[in-house]
Order: sequence, then C-alpha cells, then structure tokens
Amino acid sequence: MSEEKKGFFARLKAGLSKTRDNIVRGIDSVFSGFSSIDEDFYEELEEILIMGDIGVNATEAILGRLREQVREQHIKEPMACKRLLIDSIKEQMRVDETAYDFETQPSVIMVIGVNGVGKTTSVGKLAGKLKADGRKVLIAAADTFRAAAGDQLAEWARRADVPMIGGKEGADPASVVFDAVNAAKARGVDVLLIDTAGRLHNKKNLMEELRKMNRIIDREYPDVHRENLIVLDGTTGQNALVQAREFGDVASLTGIVLTKMDGTAKGGIAVAIQSELKVPVKYIGVGETIDDLQKFDSDSFVNALFDVLPENEGEAQSDDEQQ
Amino acid sequence: MAFESLTDKLQNVFKNLRSKGRLTEEDVKAALKEVKMALLEADVNFRVVKQFVKAVEERAIGQDVMNGLNPGQMVIKIVNEEMIALMGSETTEISFQPGKAITVLMMAGLQGAGKTTATAKLAGKLKQKGKKSLLVACDVYRPAAVEQLKINGQKQEVDVFEMGTQHKPLEIATQALQFAEKNGHNVVILDTAGRLHIDEDMMAELQELKENLPIHQTLLVVDAMTGQDAVNVAKEFDEKVGIDGVILSKMDGDTRGGAALSIKAVTGKPILYVGMGEKLSDMEQFYPDRMANRILGMGDVLTLIEKAQENIDIDEQKGKDMAKRMQKGKFDFEDYLESMKQMRNMGGLSGILGMLPGMGAKASDLESMIDEKQLKHMEAIVLSMTPQERRNPKLLNPQRKHRIAKGAGVDIAVVNRFIKQFEQSQKLMKQFGGGTRRRGGGMFGGFPGMKGGFPF
Repeated sequence: MSEEKKGFFARLKAGLSKTRDNIVRGIDSVFSGFSSIDEDFYEELEEILIMGDIGVNATEAILGRLREQVREQHIKEPMACKRLLIDSIKEQMRVDETAYDFETQPSVIMVIGVNGVGKTTSVGKLAGKLKADGRKVLIAAADTFRAAAGDQLAEWARRADVPMIGGKEGADPASVVFDAVNAAKARGVDVLLIDTAGRLHNKKNLMEELRKMNRIIDREYPDVHRENLIVLDGTTGQNALVQAREFGDVASLTGIVLTKMDGTAKGGIAVAIQSELKVPVKYIGVGETIDDLQKFDSDSFVNALFDVLPENEGEAQSDDEQQ
Repeated sequence: MAFESLTDKLQNVFKNLRSKGRLTEEDVKAALKEVKMALLEADVNFRVVKQFVKAVEERAIGQDVMNGLNPGQMVIKIVNEEMIALMGSETTEISFQPGKAITVLMMAGLQGAGKTTATAKLAGKLKQKGKKSLLVACDVYRPAAVEQLKINGQKQEVDVFEMGTQHKPLEIATQALQFAEKNGHNVVILDTAGRLHIDEDMMAELQELKENLPIHQTLLVVDAMTGQDAVNVAKEFDEKVGIDGVILSKMDGDTRGGAALSIKAVTGKPILYVGMGEKLSDMEQFYPDRMANRILGMGDVLTLIEKAQENIDIDEQKGKDMAKRMQKGKFDFEDYLESMKQMRNMGGLSGILGMLPGMGAKASDLESMIDEKQLKHMEAIVLSMTPQERRNPKLLNPQRKHRIAKGAGVDIAVVNRFIKQFEQSQKLMKQFGGGTRRRGGGMFGGFPGMKGGFPF
C-alpha cells in the first residue's frame, strides 16, 4: 500500500504529469520561443490549450482576456504572459464556498451521467467519505438496467458499511427512488445517495425517466437539501459540455464529479465546463480507492496542471512534440 | 446521431461555397478554417486536424479545382476523400484462424470504455456469422464485473467461463482455453479489466496474457466521446501491448466521433466495429467511407439499405405487392403494422432518420417531434382492430372506434386523429405513386432497395 503514503495532490500531480508535460512543455516553448507577442504567438497558445481539451470556446475566452490584459498592462515579453494565463484560468475555476452544504444538512444526492463514467464508483466513494464523517448514510441502487449494477453497488455499500435499498433488474427506477426517499425519511438518514443508470443524454425516454425520478424526490421530500451531481469522465472531450447541458435540462445540476483524472491529457474539459455552464466541479477522482475522491480545489488543480515541474516523466512525449 | 453537429457545421460552411460560381484561394482558406474549428470541436485530435486541413488545402487550391465547373462541390469532394483516406478506406474484418482452430481475442481499454458490453455484443455478432464463442471473465477487480459478463452472455446465449475473482487473469484464461477446446468453441474472447494506459502494473498484466497465450487479436475498446487523449490511449496500448483493431463504443450519443478520425490516422489501426446503442444487438461494422459521407451530410444510405436487407423478413413478392398497393393508395392497416415492424428492426425511427441523406442536420429536431411512444400508441390502436377492420378501414364506424379506443387504452379522439392521418397519408401516397416517383423515394414511396417503405 505504498500508494497511501503519497498525498492526494502528489497523485493528482503524478496523474496530471503527462497532461502537464504536454501543456507546460508547449507553453514554455511558446513563451521562450517567441521574442514578441504577435498573432503567431497567440495562435500557438490556442493550439496548446485546445490540445488539452479546453475547447474552442473556452480557449477563445481565455485568450481574449489575455489579449486585453496584455494591452492594458503594456506587456511586451511573452514570458510575462505565463503568470497571467495561469491566474486567469485559476480565477475561472474557483469553487463557491457553499458548494458543500450537503455535508451539514439532511440531503438527497442524486448521481447522474452517461454510461461508464464512474457513477457507481463515485457513489460508493462518497458514501464512504460521508460515513467516515459520522453521517448517517443510505444508498439507493436506482440503476436497474445495467446487468449486475446492483451487485457492484452492494459491494461498495459493504465496504463503506452503509445500508442500501435496491430494486430488481428491470424494475422501475422511480419506484426505487420512491422507496428510498421514504426510507430515508423514516430512518432519519442524513444523506441519501442515489445511484442512477448510465444514460446517453440524447435518449429521450431515458432522460424522461430521470426527470421523473427527480420529480419524485421533489414531491416526496420537498424540504430536503438537494444535490444533482453529474459525473463526467475526465477523458471525455467536448461532448462533456453537451452532456452537462442536457442533464441539467432534466434535473438541474448543482455540481460535477470529474472522474478518471489519473490518466493522461485531461482536465481541460473542466475549464471548458466551468467557463460555459458555470456548474462547479465539486469532486475529482484520481484512482480506485475511497480516498481517491477529493474535493476540487482550483488552486491546486491549476497549479498541478501548469506549475509543478515534472521530475522525470515525459521523454516519450518530447519525441512527439518534435514531429 | 453521431457526428451530427459536425455535419451541421460543415453544411453551413459549404452552403456559402456552393452558392459561389468561382472559388478563390481566400474562399478555400476561410472554409477550411471553419472545417478546422468544427473538427476540433468534434474532438478530432489537433495534429490530425492540422494534417488534414493542410492536405485538403494543397489539393483544393490546385489548378483542377479552380478550373472545375463547380468549385464548391470539388472542395466537398476533396474533404470527403481526404477524410476517407484518414479513416482508412477499407472495412476491416477480424481475421479468424482457419478451420476449426480457436481464435483468441483479447479486449482491452480504459475503465468505463464499455469492454464488457462490447465483449458480449461482439459474441452476438460472431454468432450471426456462425461462430461459437466463449466469453472469459478476466476482470477480477471491478466489483460485479464477472456477474455483468455472465448476465450479458446469457442474454446473447453465449457461454461464459468464469472462476470468480480469486484467481489471476492468466490462470483463468489458460483454463478457459482448455475448456473451449473440450467444448468445441472456435472463438474465445477475453474480457479484461479496465486499466489506465499509464498504469505499468496493469499493462504488465496484459503483456503477460499476451506472452503466455496464443492471442490472435487484441482489440482496444475506446469510448467514442474521448477527447484529444484518444490518440494517446490508443498509442500507449499499442506500444505496450500491441493492438490489432479498435472498437468504438457509445457512438449513439451525439456530437462526437472525432476519436474515430484520429485513432486510425495516428496509430494506423483499423476500427472494426462501432457500438450504437443500449441493446446488446446494437453493434455495427465500421465503414469508413460511409462514415465520411455521414460527416459531410450525405447521409448513410448504404447502411440503411443494408439494414433493410438484413432485417426485413419479407419476401420479394409481398414487398412488391405492398409497394403496388401503396402507389394505388390502397394501403391498409395491416401494411401499417408490417412497416412498423420493419422500422423497429432497423433501429427505430430516429435511427433511420439519421441515415437519410440531408436529414443529418434535421434529425434531432424531428426526433423530438416524433415520440416513439406515440408510435406505440398507434400500434396499439391498430392491434385493437379486427382483421376485417384493418383490411378495410371504411368499416370503422363510431361504435367500432369506441371499442378500439377502449382496447388501446386511449381516448377516442386519439383514434379519430390517427385514422384521419392515415387516410391523409393514403392520399399522399397515391399522389407520390402516380407522378414523382423519384422524389417520393425516401419516406413514402418505398425506399429504393427496401421493398417496403414507411408510411407514417
């Protein structure tokens, strides 16, 4: 278990190192490779940001701000741009103070998203964390579609030592939600975590099913604090934006769980989402264990993305860079 | 539908090009800048985009284009051709061992890419081709992964080999091969755990499997929604384990598929199949050229026709009869039921709409307008009629309608509306049948090669 010795941010950094190599190497070469700030310089920056999945629109917004600052502050040196660029992204990514209110009041958290993003795993991890904080937690297995999804969640519930309410495969998920909400009320549960089936946001019927679940919670438990967390795969490209938009349409989103951030070249999409939808990233997942789900922190995140110098990785990357 | 908004965007770009008689270098450049942006927003890898745009530009600003009669079309053609070139111009099939020898396939990919689902879907696909597959549950890490494979295997009526989660994948796979030999399976598909391409230990596990077992093909399952990273993932898996082909999953979402374009271009590995839906039967062969057509808004007519031929269980004569009756406006409710059945077989209304030429851009609007549930209601109405009523709609008097409404569980107004609509489409079909046969080809007059048609 040497993993555990490493701090979370050490792992985040390790996970992001390749991304960071891509971006920082690129950025450094741009900053040092240009002697003046001209159109080619901006174009190069644009390319680098897009390669990091930040997306065309968010990239344009970031660069627009940068241009303005450069003009206002009469900056001539490309190197001076680096700090500006980082601060600008940090500012954009900052999370609101009230983002974690569900930790202190009776809450129902519904976890939604497309297939395979890590909803069930995130629910399991969240349950473990809340339980460790001394909260009374109940899990509802409303994924009655995917084969064995209930079993997977049951395993997480067992690990977290939290009770679970489920339905048979093929049962109406709304009925599971109904049962769970009423059980939560009857048992005086602090936090009810609802795991839902993965659904693509362009499947009308499945989205209506979700709308129904959302409505049932509203109806059955009107005074409870509500959270609808969308789980997004960190490796997803621009489609994550569409996902967030469409899911928000059906069940208004209060936050994002960004998973699988321990691979390569991602995180950029978080910037794009924050920029375009103003839905905050609340949690970030960098691995398989319960401790690998952490609250999102914009400073550390952007620092890990840009600031920290790589120790020894990334040689393979440099070859590509030169092609 | 996949690539929808990319199609939208390119159509917008080329609308301007089409309206021009002559094409200047600036026009090409402006159009290609839009192409570039559209491709980037569709998550096509940046380097691939760059290379692509350059290739198109070089060809487009050449002589032949400038002198061409319709420069706009020429550019579209070049974009199309280059896109096919990037995606690989040929459909690739999984190669099987000759005779009765067992072909061993290994699935690999990131967590959540859809390996377990793809494994079962693939087995179903191979079953159609007469293969007897054995699915092997080598994912001993994710809770209930074994269970998921077992259930999916059952649904596909394919055998699943599992030893729980207490054994090493290599041990499980080795025993599975022996099991396959004894039980006459000719394809063995190993479902492995999802892993990060930078996780050395987990990658070593795949290497170990590959070194110790006669694995013929390693298939990488990639989520079609993957961003710029898709290329890194594919490259790492290829370098560390060696992959032979790619299965793109979750292609039935929207605005995406850039990964498809990138992976082939960067790794040179072919895309074999695409996962197109929730159901286990929703796996399709990947046709690069058709996909390119779809990107350019030319519709995926070939796939549609093929699906029609594959799925429609209707003999030639019956189809001809139906078409003839339709042209005469003698289409009855029996035919309606039959076409509904055909439609469902082909992936439902939305599936078909997405494949029709020129529909790409509008399919999303239409989809929201036509509720599949409503179609179900209509079907219920027809099913509540007596055979006589179905064949002769004129029989329907208020009393009968009342009974039908009760039977279908809908309001009588719904029944009335439906019958009225039906009469109207009968008339419409008569018109189409008489004169403009070509134009009616799509929705009413029977699709070319489809022996039937969809009236609705």
